[in-house]
Amino acid sequence: MDAFGAIVIRDLKLAFRRWSELANPLIFFVIVTSLFPLALSPDETELRTIGVGVLWVSALLSSLLALDGLFRNDADDGSLEQLLLSPVPVGITAVAKILAHWLVTSVPLIVLAPVVALAFRLPTGALPVLVGALLLATPTLSVLAAIGAALTLGIRHSGPIIGLLVLPLASPLLIFGARATDLAAFGEATAGPLYLLAALAVLAVSVGPIAVAAALRVGVE
Amino acid sequence: MLGLPRWFHRWASPPHVYELAERWRPWLGGLALLTILGGAYGGLVLAPPDYLQGDSFRIIYVHVPSAYLSMMGYTLMAVAAAIGFVWRIKLAHAVAVSIAPIGASFTFLALVTGGIWGRPTWGTYWEWGDARLMFELLLLFLYLGYMALRASFEDRDKADRVSAILAVVGVVNVPIIHYSVEWWSTLHQGPTIAKLDTPSITFDMLAPLLVMIAGFTLCFAWLVLNRLQGEIVEREHDARWLRRFAEAVR
Repeated sequence: MDAFGAIVIRDLKLAFRRWSELANPLIFFVIVTSLFPLALSPDETELRTIGVGVLWVSALLSSLLALDGLFRNDADDGSLEQLLLSPVPVGITAVAKILAHWLVTSVPLIVLAPVVALAFRLPTGALPVLVGALLLATPTLSVLAAIGAALTLGIRHSGPIIGLLVLPLASPLLIFGARATDLAAFGEATAGPLYLLAALAVLAVSVGPIAVAAALRVGVE
Repeated sequence: MLGLPRWFHRWASPPHVYELAERWRPWLGGLALLTILGGAYGGLVLAPPDYLQGDSFRIIYVHVPSAYLSMMGYTLMAVAAAIGFVWRIKLAHAVAVSIAPIGASFTFLALVTGGIWGRPTWGTYWEWGDARLMFELLLLFLYLGYMALRASFEDRDKADRVSAILAVVGVVNVPIIHYSVEWWSTLHQGPTIAKLDTPSITFDMLAPLLVMIAGFTLCFAWLVLNRLQGEIVEREHDARWLRRFAEAVR
């Protein structure tokens, strides 16, 4: 457990020292969402209908942008190898790194999302559900991202291929997340999709690190 | 691995499997051709036209077998890859690699035939609201991801193991994606499609379909064997047994 905390703290420290890398995906998120009204129309009712979809797709894309740094820097300077050689189980290391990654990339996104949602004229009643759905969906997304990042560790230009690997796998998150937000916007019951998101999160967090660990072992060789 | 009979181990040996494939291939190919011709005759000539869709329903004799094989192929690929990863059997990786493009082709065929069928029936080639079309599309992306990941590694051994992990992660996700897409389409109140709630299909229509499924499966196996032989030759190109085999054939 000491090792777990140490890895999380180390990764957080490293992340805040390179804070521009953290800010880029967030800026990307805001830019993408603001492009849609330019491309479609500034009409309020239309914004409200597309808002939920725009929000979720942009969140998905911007989190893809952040995931290359998840293992890459550590692999380049050799510290990942040391982590794998240490007596700590690789699965624990993977969970710690995923948690740190989630804290620095997803949490700011979750804070930012309601603001963007308001700009898209989503009713304020839907905001708690939006935040809740993002809180449930982003851990799964982080695990999927970690799998993608670990699998492509040995490839130099891994950007496009990570998208190809992760986006189809993330489609259920998009479906249920957008659905929950949509239902909330119309004032209907949202428990169903939220439970499904929670179930996916439990599955991803419990099984995913095994896949990440296996991929890291292969990738570092 | 003690106690396993000898014949079991031989399944992991490239020369043995290569020779078996060489022996089975013509039989499988011939049988596949006969079955598909028979099924096509049954489906296109013998089966009565549908009272609602007329003759356009006949595309199911291609569509259903391809859709079934698209999913079957992914599962088989993942199982082979997992066997290769866990027991480090190179031949199992070769099987997974051989299945991938064929499975992707059947997925593509299922999408295309679904679109062709959709035109007279739904009035559009592509219906976004249909869960099965969306699922097939996502499945195609999964196949493409697997192949793209493989292609980006130079080292074959590493490509084998990395892509095996992806295949296993993918096969865990396939049912999740399947059901989420299904719920998505029932929740989305898209255009109400006059879908046939497939009542018990008559025997005249069902029998050719079953024959076609068998024929397509045989064809799938035949294609996989072809690719597998090529894959084995590529992997073992400087092995002595292969040279002996080539000389014997000459």
